[in-house]
Amino acid sequence: MSRANGRQDGPVNGKPLPNPVTRLMAESLTGQISRREMLRRATALGLSAPLVGLMLSAQTKGVRAQDAVTPAPDPDAGSTIVMPQGLRTDLGGATVAAVLSDTTDPNRPFVENACAKFAEATGINVTFVPGETQSEARLQAYRQQFAGQSSDFDVYQIDVIWPGIVAEHAVDLSEGLGEAAGQHFEAIVKNNTVNDQLIGLPWFTDAGLFYYRTDLLEKYQLQPPTTWDELQTSAQTILDGERAANPAFTGFVWQGRAYEGLTCNGLEWQVSNGGGAIIEEDATVSINNPEAIAAFERARGWVGTISPQDITTFRETETINVWTAGNAAFMRNWPYGWASSQDAPAVAGKVGVAPLPQGTGEGARNAATLGGWQLMVSKYSKNPEAAIELVRFLCSPEVQTSFAVERSMLPTIGSVYESPDVAAASEFIPRLREVFEGGAVARPSSVSADLYGEVSAAYYTTVNEILSGTTSAEEGAASMEEEFNAILEEL
Amino acid sequence: MSQQAAQVPTAQVATRGVPTSDVPTSSWGKARERLAWILVAPSVLVVTLVALFPLAQSIWFSFTNARLAGTPRGGLQFVNIENYRYLLTNDDFIRAFWNTVVFTVGSVSIETVFGVVVALLINSQFKAKGLLRTAILVPWAIPTVVSSRLWAYMFNGQYGVLNDLLTIRLPNMFDWIPFIGPSIAGIFPDEKVAFLASPNLQMGTAIAVDVWKTTPFMALLLLAGLQVIPGDVYEAAYVDGASKWQQFWQHTLPLLRPALLVALIFRTLDAFRVFDVLWVMFGPITQTRSLAIAAQQALVDADRLGRASAASVIIFLCIGVLVLVYTRLVKVEEG
Repeated sequence: MSRANGRQDGPVNGKPLPNPVTRLMAESLTGQISRREMLRRATALGLSAPLVGLMLSAQTKGVRAQDAVTPAPDPDAGSTIVMPQGLRTDLGGATVAAVLSDTTDPNRPFVENACAKFAEATGINVTFVPGETQSEARLQAYRQQFAGQSSDFDVYQIDVIWPGIVAEHAVDLSEGLGEAAGQHFEAIVKNNTVNDQLIGLPWFTDAGLFYYRTDLLEKYQLQPPTTWDELQTSAQTILDGERAANPAFTGFVWQGRAYEGLTCNGLEWQVSNGGGAIIEEDATVSINNPEAIAAFERARGWVGTISPQDITTFRETETINVWTAGNAAFMRNWPYGWASSQDAPAVAGKVGVAPLPQGTGEGARNAATLGGWQLMVSKYSKNPEAAIELVRFLCSPEVQTSFAVERSMLPTIGSVYESPDVAAASEFIPRLREVFEGGAVARPSSVSADLYGEVSAAYYTTVNEILSGTTSAEEGAASMEEEFNAILEEL
Repeated sequence: MSQQAAQVPTAQVATRGVPTSDVPTSSWGKARERLAWILVAPSVLVVTLVALFPLAQSIWFSFTNARLAGTPRGGLQFVNIENYRYLLTNDDFIRAFWNTVVFTVGSVSIETVFGVVVALLINSQFKAKGLLRTAILVPWAIPTVVSSRLWAYMFNGQYGVLNDLLTIRLPNMFDWIPFIGPSIAGIFPDEKVAFLASPNLQMGTAIAVDVWKTTPFMALLLLAGLQVIPGDVYEAAYVDGASKWQQFWQHTLPLLRPALLVALIFRTLDAFRVFDVLWVMFGPITQTRSLAIAAQQALVDADRLGRASAASVIIFLCIGVLVLVYTRLVKVEEG
C-alpha cells in the first residue's frame, strides 16, 4: 500500500501522515516534552512495549532523515490563492488539527500557507501537522489514531485507495459538502463513497498517462497510437529502425514489477479491453473473463519484444530512467513524467502525452487508473463543523486553481482545467481533462475495504507471474478468481 | 581486527572446562549463588521483556484472528489452529518454504566453500596482510538494502554494467585476437541476460548477491579458527612427508570444525530468515518469495496479525529444529 498512488518516486510525490510515535520522538528529541510526558503518551498509545521499542528505533531514523530535506518555509507560496466566497465566519476560536502534506513534500509550504490564510479569513485556528512520507506508514499511523478514537486530529489527508479502510471513522460529508462534491470528477466522488456515505472530498488527483516521442513518430511517419494493436506495430517499427544505432533502445516502458504499480497498469489493460475492473462495485469477482485474459496475454507478448525482458522488475524509477535517457518510444507513467521529461535533455521538447490506448473488442474504452488524495473529517473530532469548513476551503475550485498554477497539482474539478490562469501556467494540465472525464478508473478498493491490500497483493503477484511466463493467463485468471472469492468471503 | 576475531573459538574452549553440575552446599556457596542470581536478574528481566514476552505474544496471536490495527470483523477471537491450517495448505506458503530452503542451502554452502578459501588465503604470510583483511570486510559492512540495490543496478538488463561487460566489452576484448579470438568472443551471450527478470535466474542472482555479502563474515570466523591451530601440527606433518593437500584434509579441516560449525549456525539461521536481499531485488514475486516475505505480506498487505504471527512461529520452529541439529553436531564434536 505504500505505493498507493503509484508514484512515490515522483517529484510531486508526496503525501503526509502523522505517526503519533514519530511526533513523540521529535518532541522529545527537541526537548519540547519531558521524559515523563513522553512515557505517559507512549502508554496512552496502547502499544505493547516491544512494539513501541521497535517503532521508536525505526521512527527515530525516519525523523532525522526527513528533517534533512524538509522544504524551507516560503512566504510567497499560496500567494495566488483567492479566498472562496461563503466560508463560515461564525466558528471563530475553534481549533482544527489537520494532517496534511508531509515533512519532505515540496508542496508543504503551499499547504501550510493556505491553512494560515484560512485561519485569517475565518478565525478558526488551524494546527498544521505534516504526515509520514511513506504512504504505508501514514495509514498505519492513522489506524492507531482511529483505534484509540483519538480527537487529536480533525482532518486527515487520505489516499484514493483508503476510503473503504477508513470509512467507519469518517464523518459523512454528503450533508455538509454534498453540493461541493457535485463539482468534482464523478469517478473520484464515486470512489470516495462507501455505503452511500461520502468519506472524503477530492483534493488533487493523478492518473495513468501515455507518453510518446513526437520526433520518432515523425521520423517513421506514424500517428500517436490509440489502440494497443497500433501501439505494438508502431513500437516494433520504431524499435527495428533505432536498435542498430542504439542497442539500449526499447519500444514501450511501463511498470511490471510485483507491487501496487502493477495493479494500476493491469487494471488499465483490463478495463481498456472491456475486461472488467477485477472486482465490480457489487462485490462480484469479474477477473476470470476472456477479455481480461486476452489483455494479460497481450501484455505478456510485449515482454522481451517491444518492452525489455526485465520490464517485470520495473517500477516508476526504472521506467523514467529509460525514458529520460531517450531509450524508449512510448511510456506509461503518472503525470509527473511530463515534468521529468522537460528536465531531461535527451527528450525535452520531443514528448507528447495522450490517454492510454484501448483494446479493439466489445466494451473497449479508454482507461486510466486513478491516484490522488482526498480530505476526510474524523468522526472523533470535537469540532467537525470547523473541520468541514477547512476541507471545503482546501478542495475549493479557488485553492485547486492555485495548487495547479503554483505546484502543478492536478485539479479534481473539471472547470479548473479551463481556467485561463492554469492554461497560462501549464500547457500540460488543460490537456488532461479528457483523461479524467473519459477514462478514470478506480481500483477496487472501496468495495474490498480493509481487504484491498490483500486483493492487490494477490493481483500483482499473479499478473507478474503471467508476465514472467511462469503461469498462463488462463490459469492466472482462474487462480485469482478463486483467491479473491476466498478473501471477499469475509466481507 | 583479526586479533579480536581469534577470541571467539578460544572463549569457547575455555567455557568447555567449567563444571556445570556442582551444587553449592556450604553457606558460602549459597551466598555466592544468591549473588549470582542478583547479578543476572537484570539480564533475565531484559530478555524476558524484549524476547520472551514478544515471543509469547506472537504465539498467542497466532491462534487468533487479530489484526495489526483495528478490530477484526466479529471481534478478536480465538480461532484454534486455523491460521496454521491455512498456511500449511496454502501453495504459495509451501512455495515460500522451499524457496527459503533453496536460498539457505545454496547461499550457505557456496559461501562456506568461498569462506574457507578466503580464510586460507588471508591466513598466509604476505605484505599488506592487515590491509587486505580489513578491505575484505567491506561487503559485510555495507547495509544489505544498499548492496542489494547496487547489485540490482549492476544486474539490470537495460543499463546494468554486468550486461555491458558480458555482451559488449568482454567480447570486444577478445575479438581482435587472430584465429581464436572470435571463438572466445562467441562464448559470451549475444543478447542481454535478464538476471532479474528470468524466472530461471532470479534465485541464482539473489544467492550470488548474498554470497558476495556474507563470504567475508564466514572467512573472518574461519580465519579465527585457523589461527588457533598450533603450528607444530603442520611441522609434524611436514616431517612425515604429508603433502599440502593431505595436510588440509587431515589437519586443517578437522581442527577447523568447531569454528566451521559456529559459522554455519550463524549463517544458516540468518539465511533462513532472509528478507532484505530478496525484497529489495525482486519484491514479493512467487519465484523468490521467502517465509519472512510471506509473513511480512500477511502483516502489512493483508493486515492479518494472526496469520503473520503463525508464519513467524513456523519460521521460529524451523530455526529451532536447525539449532537442535547443529548443537547436536557440536556436542558430538566435543564428546
